[in-house]
Amino acid sequence: MKYLCLVYSRETALHDLPDSPHDSECLAYAESVQASGRMLAAEALQPVESATTVRVRNGKAAVTDGPFAETKEQLAGFYLIEAHDLNEALNVAAGIPAARVGSVEVRPTRELVTDSPASHAKATSA
Amino acid sequence: MTDTRDIVETIYREHSRQVLATLIRLLRDFELAEEALHDAFAAAMSQWPRDGIPHNPRAWLISAGRFRAIDNLRRRARFDASLAEIAYQLEIEHTTTTTPIDDAGVADDSLRLIFTCCHPALPLDGQVAMTLREVCGLTTEEVARAFLISPSTLAQRIVRAKAKIRDAGIPYQLPEPSALTERLDGVLRVIYLVFNEGYSASFGETLTRADLSGEAIRLGRLLHELSPEPEVAGLLALMLLQESRRDARTTPEGELILLHEQDRTLWDRALIDEGISLVERALSSRRFGPYALQAAIAAVHAEAPSAEATDWEQIIGLYDVLMRITPSPVVALNRAVAIAMRDGPTAGLSLIDALMARGELRDYHLAHAARADLCRRRGDVEQARQGYWQALSLVQQGPERRFLERRLAELENG
Repeated sequence: MKYLCLVYSRETALHDLPDSPHDSECLAYAESVQASGRMLAAEALQPVESATTVRVRNGKAAVTDGPFAETKEQLAGFYLIEAHDLNEALNVAAGIPAARVGSVEVRPTRELVTDSPASHAKATSA
Repeated sequence: MTDTRDIVETIYREHSRQVLATLIRLLRDFELAEEALHDAFAAAMSQWPRDGIPHNPRAWLISAGRFRAIDNLRRRARFDASLAEIAYQLEIEHTTTTTPIDDAGVADDSLRLIFTCCHPALPLDGQVAMTLREVCGLTTEEVARAFLISPSTLAQRIVRAKAKIRDAGIPYQLPEPSALTERLDGVLRVIYLVFNEGYSASFGETLTRADLSGEAIRLGRLLHELSPEPEVAGLLALMLLQESRRDARTTPEGELILLHEQDRTLWDRALIDEGISLVERALSSRRFGPYALQAAIAAVHAEAPSAEATDWEQIIGLYDVLMRITPSPVVALNRAVAIAMRDGPTAGLSLIDALMARGELRDYHLAHAARADLCRRRGDVEQARQGYWQALSLVQQGPERRFLERRLAELENG
């Protein structure tokens, strides 16, 4: 199964606490997940001030500054992994260094359903 | 004819949960396994009276259930093509692997079922519902009645839990050794929650609720059989020792009787003996935790021939250890009450006042009641009255409320 591990943290906590991970540690962990064969993709994100939100209503795109939802913790990065089951995915998530100062939401991806049985869709992009 | 039916029913009671646990592993689906279990017993009802009871009924039921599940899937595959592949896969496994029906395999499946139902990725109410429904085999109506919620609410919790197990990929697996203690803690929490629900529910006005404490003890025994860890023994002992006082805890009218006023001849000696031997084994393992310690405290009470003969020194020592392992305001409160029993009300009062000053127990009715009780013993009627009133304003449960009202009435008259 594919799981998306969303790394949330207060952005100050992510860098300023004694326990905050350094980039080198994050990179090393990503490489170890890669080596285990579970990695599909992973990225760290720019701070939330860099976010821009797009909505399309009545065919018109509206662009606004900032993230869609104002929350205490911001999305700081993600891992898209392939894991046999939730326990395996949770193990990978628990190893992400930023989990020490933030939290990681683990979500299974969903296969999109199409009407035509021939193209039993394998696409998982949302 | 009727004999066979009786035997099938006995086998259902004794083995249906184990058969279900194995079927879930083989079929990798709760719904499919439940349906298969039902079909297997229906087949037994029709075939056994004619053909005789098989040599190994459990193995027969597992095999019959598996076969029927594949058959059902194949029939449904005519309408839903994606099922054909699953049916095909299961059939290959069915013909190539022998069904593990030895006792060790069955025990592992039972444990798998417990750990899956109590997986921390499920909400706590879902864990409780799944455990009582799948592991204990209570009906949805029975569980709903026990928790005073509607069957549809309960059914919804079960549907959601099963959906999460399926969609999030919660595996039907024993935890890895490194995660065992933590996962076991989660299971123990569910069992103790079920026990307490039944224990406090057994007061007067709610006597008709199902015997949840009995189910919790049964679960504790099963878990202890499967995984004899010290804390499992500790929780089982704690439940047995609390259960041993059930008849002494209330008047026939359902009014509360405190520990030191209970008729100790009403305590169930068999449960106490079993509880004490479990506590001793847990403590000697040196890997004990808060459940074994609480059980040890209950055991000291159980061993005292009278309230006056209670070994408070030992109880305080156990609370000291408990405070080190799991410090909490409630443990500190209980410790303060024990100290008051050993050193007099003034000593306990200053500890409780210090606790209350930190604000942690302000909304806990038992803290106010305990404080009031110590004031009463010191002869400080006004302070005692205030404390009981405070407790009364916070109490939720009928029998506890009436107990406090009686205490207040005694103060007014005394």
